[in-house]
Amino acid sequence: MNRQLIRLALVAVGLLIALVVATTYWQSWAAGGLAARQDNAVELVSQFQVSRGLIIASNGKTVLAANRAVKRNGQTFFFRRYPQGGLAAQTIGYSTSAYSQTGLEQSLNAFLTGANTNLSNAIERTLNRLGGATVYGNNVVLTINAKAQALAQQLLGNRCGAIVAMNPRTGAVEVMASSPTYNQNLILQPNGYGKVLKIGGACGGGGSALLNRTTDGLFTPGSTFKMVTAAAALDSGAFTPTSQFNDPGYCVEYGKHVSNAGNPDQNGPETYGNVTLAQGFQHSINSVFCNVGKQIGGLTILKYARKFGFYSTPPLDTPANQRVPSGLYHDVKGRPVLWYPKSENEIDAGRLAFGQFNMVATPLQMLLVASTIANGGVLPRPYLVDRVVGHNGSIVSRTKPSNLGRAIKPQTAADLTQMMISVVQAGTGTAAQIPGIQVAGKTGTAETGINRVYTAWFVCFAPADNPKVAVAVVLEKQPNGFGGSVSAPLAKQIIQALLHG
Amino acid sequence: MGADALSLSYRNRELAYLVVVGVITAVGFASVYISRKSHVSAASLTYALFFFALYLVAHVVARYTVPNADPYLLPIAGLLTAVGLTEIYRLGPSNALKQGLWVVIGVAVFAAALLAFRRDYRVLENYKYLFGLGAIALLFMPLLPGIGQTVNGARLWIHLGGLQFQPGELGKIALIVFLAAYLREKREVLAGGRIKDWGPLLVIWGGAMLVLFATDDLGSALLYYGIFLAILYAATARIAFVAAFIGLFVVGSVAVYQGTPHVRERVVNWIDPWTTHKVFCPLTGTMTLRQDCTSYQEVQSLYSIAHGGFGGTGLGAGVFTSTQGKPLIPYLSTDFIYSALAQELGLIGAAALLLIYMVFVLRGFRVALGADDGFSKLLAAGLTFGFALQTFVIVGGILRVIPLTGITLPFVSYGGSSVVANFLVVAGLMLVSNRANTVGNR
Repeated sequence: MNRQLIRLALVAVGLLIALVVATTYWQSWAAGGLAARQDNAVELVSQFQVSRGLIIASNGKTVLAANRAVKRNGQTFFFRRYPQGGLAAQTIGYSTSAYSQTGLEQSLNAFLTGANTNLSNAIERTLNRLGGATVYGNNVVLTINAKAQALAQQLLGNRCGAIVAMNPRTGAVEVMASSPTYNQNLILQPNGYGKVLKIGGACGGGGSALLNRTTDGLFTPGSTFKMVTAAAALDSGAFTPTSQFNDPGYCVEYGKHVSNAGNPDQNGPETYGNVTLAQGFQHSINSVFCNVGKQIGGLTILKYARKFGFYSTPPLDTPANQRVPSGLYHDVKGRPVLWYPKSENEIDAGRLAFGQFNMVATPLQMLLVASTIANGGVLPRPYLVDRVVGHNGSIVSRTKPSNLGRAIKPQTAADLTQMMISVVQAGTGTAAQIPGIQVAGKTGTAETGINRVYTAWFVCFAPADNPKVAVAVVLEKQPNGFGGSVSAPLAKQIIQALLHG
Repeated sequence: MGADALSLSYRNRELAYLVVVGVITAVGFASVYISRKSHVSAASLTYALFFFALYLVAHVVARYTVPNADPYLLPIAGLLTAVGLTEIYRLGPSNALKQGLWVVIGVAVFAAALLAFRRDYRVLENYKYLFGLGAIALLFMPLLPGIGQTVNGARLWIHLGGLQFQPGELGKIALIVFLAAYLREKREVLAGGRIKDWGPLLVIWGGAMLVLFATDDLGSALLYYGIFLAILYAATARIAFVAAFIGLFVVGSVAVYQGTPHVRERVVNWIDPWTTHKVFCPLTGTMTLRQDCTSYQEVQSLYSIAHGGFGGTGLGAGVFTSTQGKPLIPYLSTDFIYSALAQELGLIGAAALLLIYMVFVLRGFRVALGADDGFSKLLAAGLTFGFALQTFVIVGGILRVIPLTGITLPFVSYGGSSVVANFLVVAGLMLVSNRANTVGNR
């Protein structure tokens, strides 16, 4: 019988070895994948046992996200609180046990929980854990300027819109304001999430306050897109700033008249007669750009749009699903889908040239266009995290500004800068003038489909000869509100706050 | 080597191992205490002392009744109960008190069994049919109205005067005794293929299986089937029998799969615990992801294991409750205690635990090999294989090696009947071992 017994013993041992192998599989091979799963309640809870890193504004002092330690059942949990009560709410996001995470709280989670793997970090973490000591995450210092951010939110008030600003030389994003907005502390309260969903219903849809309009909102760029068209016209060599045009007040598109914008002082469209391209830009004359578009073609315009970053999701530290690419969109089964036409005859080049047709852009994208011009034609890579600092104060990582390549020639950028200066000096954007500082900008007043209700834009940078700040402002659903009249004054105040603050 | 020298050495070794186990227990309790100091009083260390004293009693009884028995079995049982008790204590101090009480009862039953059968346990052979029928009766008890109770979808508990008991655990031992005795007697004729001798075997065993399916206790059904096959193979050496019965098992499984939603659910959860689209959830009657419904328990238990990683979180530092203090995994201290241990002790600790089971199993088979009569061999092998298979069925279920069925992890899970039954396993093995090692009996 002993032979059978030995075989049985081997089977029994084999079964137990299978268990060792399976345990090894789940605790090493599969562990990473399981930890990343959304429904992993264990990981979700364990994150609250880490003293989550602080999120701090660019001054290194203003804390945007802090912790509140709570003892429960003999264990210490760290819950979030947001001391600035909703400053840059959509960008910072929130971290809760019930509603998971959004914004930088989500995308920087590895840093904030100290889980970013470098060896000494991992060892220290393990030792702390075994010793029962609190594990500390890394602090994150943002490029957000707390004062200018607060001002931007105050300026937006209860209007629907967005303000975004950056240093055009580095790509450091200093203001990222989206309205309507919410207070993240509300999310943490019972029924708070439901209340947040109801905020700002007038701006469209539920959860409007949660949307980060600066990167996730697509707006018709209107005349601000003329920066792209003008860049294409000049850079391709087809036109110079002094190229001559005759403006009869309209342009002929597919055999029909497309009128210029209405003149508030007289009935009917404005008519300028003989003008240069630069003057057409200064006064934002649609017929001039319509003719430019028809001549250089829609595909050329789109080629330059792409160089400015359209058609790709702009890189940034926020979660990728909170950023969208700009460009032409068309409907596929009732859903807007990014669309890059294959041939010229699919594009209404005349309308595209002044930012209508199916062109939509995020405020960040239009800011990148202005920043590229300010930066001598090189597209800066936008970023929000200046540095990651360990609990002990050591620098874990620091962002080195970089760029996404050259979009246009330095000369083109210089010509465009001159044209944008004239917009503010004596064109459509005079409301952005600042004594002693030369501002270069472009207005945009896009039709919304509702009569005399517009999407009002202003995109600018300053000082024009040595740019330190670029700003994009968009205000939605402005009755009789033009970019130059309602948005330019906001941009002016943000520039002042950032240059003097 | 004289008998005295041998006996002295065996029991003294056992005592030395028990001291080591006592130290480990104290360290384990201290670890839980330190990491949760706001929750646990310093008096908890008296648990460890009391625990050690309890095993000293068991040791003294063994010294008197089975001086030549294997010295590893009792310390391993002690170590496993200590691991279980520590983790149960960590998960809920009130349960630990009850479990501690059950360990006391288990040790008492262990001592009683040694005392009762110290001269010759082989008298059990004479009562084999009583054991066979007793096994079925024990299994049948939860189905009786009045005392039966349904827990976690399976009807396998009885309730007597405030005491919950799972009689199936004892039924398992009774069935092993019956199978060992009957197959020892009939092994030649069975191997020769005489049909009529299969009768009692099929009746007793088939009855047990039927009751098990009727109570939806699939884990035990799998366990009993495996034990039956193991003893049958050991007795007859006919691999063909085993193959035939495995074939029957497959046919039976398919039928059960078709017929029982409970089983179908378990299999589906095993193959596909995560869905990307919503499926019908029978628990709520709505459409949800499977991992939020029927496979929630399995999936969260895997997350718990994965969270432990290589070194574990440390005793007392694991994550088993939500930030609101609600338990994340139901039945953690009974069916799922392995996923709690794997998280807190990590791969190192979990593998060590499995190796301890392996040592026990190897010692058990050594006892079976050393025994000099068929009944003793089959009894020891049956008890040992059952012990190993039970570990495999529950831990394998948790680790998605096989479909999950809720049975207890020997000595470690919270549950009185399981602890008592496993002490009987140890008593049985030590009795067999003592007889084989006692020179005078050869």
